[in-house]
Amino acid sequence: MDYFIELFFSGLTRGSIYALIALGYTMVYGIIGLINFAHGEIYMIGAFTAYIIASVLSIYGFPALSIIILAGFAAAIWASAYGYTVEKIAYKPLRHAPRLSPLISAIGMSIFLQNYVLLAQTSDFLAFPELIPDFDFMEPYADKVGSTDMVIIVTTIVVMIALTFFIKMTRIGKAMRATSQDRTMARLIGINVDKVISVTFVIGSALAAIGGILIASHIGQINFYIGFIAGIKAFTAAVLGGIGSIPGAVLGGFVLGLTESFATGYVSSDYEDVFAFSLLVLILIFKPSGLLGREEVEKV
Amino acid sequence: MMSSLVPLLQETLRSLKVALWFVFLTFPIMVIKVHPLEKSIEWRWQNMIFVGLGTFILSIVARILMDQGKKRRKKRALQHAQKYTLVQTILREPKYLYPLAFATLAFGLVFPWIFSSYQTNIMITALMYVVLGLGLNIVVGLAGLLDLGYVAFYAVGAYSYALLNTHFDLGFWVVLPLGAILAAFFGILLGFPVLRLRGDYLAIVTLGFGEIIRLILENWNEFSQGPSGISNIDRPGFFGIELTLDQSITYLFYLMLLLVVFTIFVVNRLQDSRLGRAWVALREDEIACQAMGIDKTKTKLTAFALGAMWAGMVGVIFAAKTTFINPASFTFLESAIILAIVVIGGMGSVVGVIVGAFVLILLPEYLRALSEYRMLAFGAIMVLVMIYRPQGIISTAKRHIQYKPKPDDKHKKQAADPS
Repeated sequence: MDYFIELFFSGLTRGSIYALIALGYTMVYGIIGLINFAHGEIYMIGAFTAYIIASVLSIYGFPALSIIILAGFAAAIWASAYGYTVEKIAYKPLRHAPRLSPLISAIGMSIFLQNYVLLAQTSDFLAFPELIPDFDFMEPYADKVGSTDMVIIVTTIVVMIALTFFIKMTRIGKAMRATSQDRTMARLIGINVDKVISVTFVIGSALAAIGGILIASHIGQINFYIGFIAGIKAFTAAVLGGIGSIPGAVLGGFVLGLTESFATGYVSSDYEDVFAFSLLVLILIFKPSGLLGREEVEKV
Repeated sequence: MMSSLVPLLQETLRSLKVALWFVFLTFPIMVIKVHPLEKSIEWRWQNMIFVGLGTFILSIVARILMDQGKKRRKKRALQHAQKYTLVQTILREPKYLYPLAFATLAFGLVFPWIFSSYQTNIMITALMYVVLGLGLNIVVGLAGLLDLGYVAFYAVGAYSYALLNTHFDLGFWVVLPLGAILAAFFGILLGFPVLRLRGDYLAIVTLGFGEIIRLILENWNEFSQGPSGISNIDRPGFFGIELTLDQSITYLFYLMLLLVVFTIFVVNRLQDSRLGRAWVALREDEIACQAMGIDKTKTKLTAFALGAMWAGMVGVIFAAKTTFINPASFTFLESAIILAIVVIGGMGSVVGVIVGAFVLILLPEYLRALSEYRMLAFGAIMVLVMIYRPQGIISTAKRHIQYKPKPDDKHKKQAADPS
């Protein structure tokens, strides 16, 4: 039973991270119908920025708490800036091109960003500093769920609630929903669609960056390639929940995280990624619209 | 005087803004480098200057190019008539095309006798990518299905030769068709359930499939000997005669050349066939195709299987060439390179893919200093090609037939008219 609980929490932790990254996929897909292949790379850049800023600050002797906050902010800001720029360069000129074009452009961007970080930084694994301290009140449960795991799960839940609030209540959130329903109509009633798309990319990227810092402090190391696998898994989560649906992405993230955790715990740890990909293939075959997604009807 | 100066100033200011934005954007990654062991920071300010100047100049150049492009497009819109570019004319006219093709082939035939075996070896690799590119071109270029796990079929071919050769002592010539069939079989196995999906889902599923194959090869030690790979694979046999290393390279080169010619022939015939035209039609409009009575799933499946078949064949040759394979040769990077060849060369164009393969494989090989930047450049060029030249280096001219009424048609029409 103890082992079960341990696996359960480790699954929740993984799931939270997948959910955070999946939100970026699902929001972008909901608005412009594009799989943003470079999203995993944005997450990787977020983790790298956090690593760099945190290292610089700790060398200059800043206190631990200020390092967490500053590195977190820096990662979110720079990741958003990258997301914004990627959209402007690689996707915006292709808004009316055939479907395959932005997808290939996105793959190109993803390859470019990976190699950019590889060349500018390093190909080695970097040890990520332990940003999250061990809490005293978590002591009795430490063998089942670590403080870092707890922080990850709580952060994810808070971010989800904030995002839901943002999309339901604010003016720009309303504009986002309108744009995702019908872009042409939204433009006709005076919504600045380009701005809405930019905001979507910025928010999605910031969430990915938060995911990046959290998972980097959970696993303890980063390199330029982490965005690739995380990107596919988060995409799996988004599809699992129904791409385009925000609660779906969260649900999908948790389901994927738990599945992976139990499968590696009870079956075999060698095939960790195979489980995720097989799950993706199975959902797409049997329920392409996902758990909470709407059936898509193709119109002429 | 003032009136021309103001826009110029505005343009410069805008480029300056772009440059400043990129300086900010690349600041943490380009400028700061942390050395964790020595606990020291290296500030690379020179990179900041490079980025600033580079983006400033690029932004000005891009703006000038865009202006010119707009003017040219306006002019072309006025001329109205469709014109073939120089390259397209050469490719369409047999009197230019055939001598050119024969000259290239003749050059290929004497290549191993002119150049060293080192050069020949590089050329074999380039030719392998030509075939891989042409195979993927069937799937991506003609049928419009984005396959990101193409390398999986390549792996199937390579491993089927490696395993059949080491365990059952089967020869190269037996496994070559067998590997092709196995790869095609895997293509159908994957294609059957997923081809109902829309294009972008398909891309991810194939990507996942490619990774699954690689992970299985890496972890299933009893089957594939895991990451350490399989070594001592036989080179292709030549009527039972023992060949020296140099001879076997030359032999392999001619084999590849033959395969390339064969592939070009088959792909060309396929393109003009009923099936090939069904692929192109399906790429352009699925719903219209179904309305015309084209079996969507079957047509897509054949594209998938035929594309996979070439990858399987090249995989067998790859295993025979290197005599050693391990899963590291079949990563997503490989799929990305093949996709880049097809996209940059020109989707759907046979000559484009060939040119693309030579440029993308040979350039980094000869510009060793730049080979580090190879993937960086591939990624950037893929984006630029999609934006500025979606048809690639060499575009296919759409075939069009014009209806020319015969002079006496008019009279008939008038005669049929009751008034």
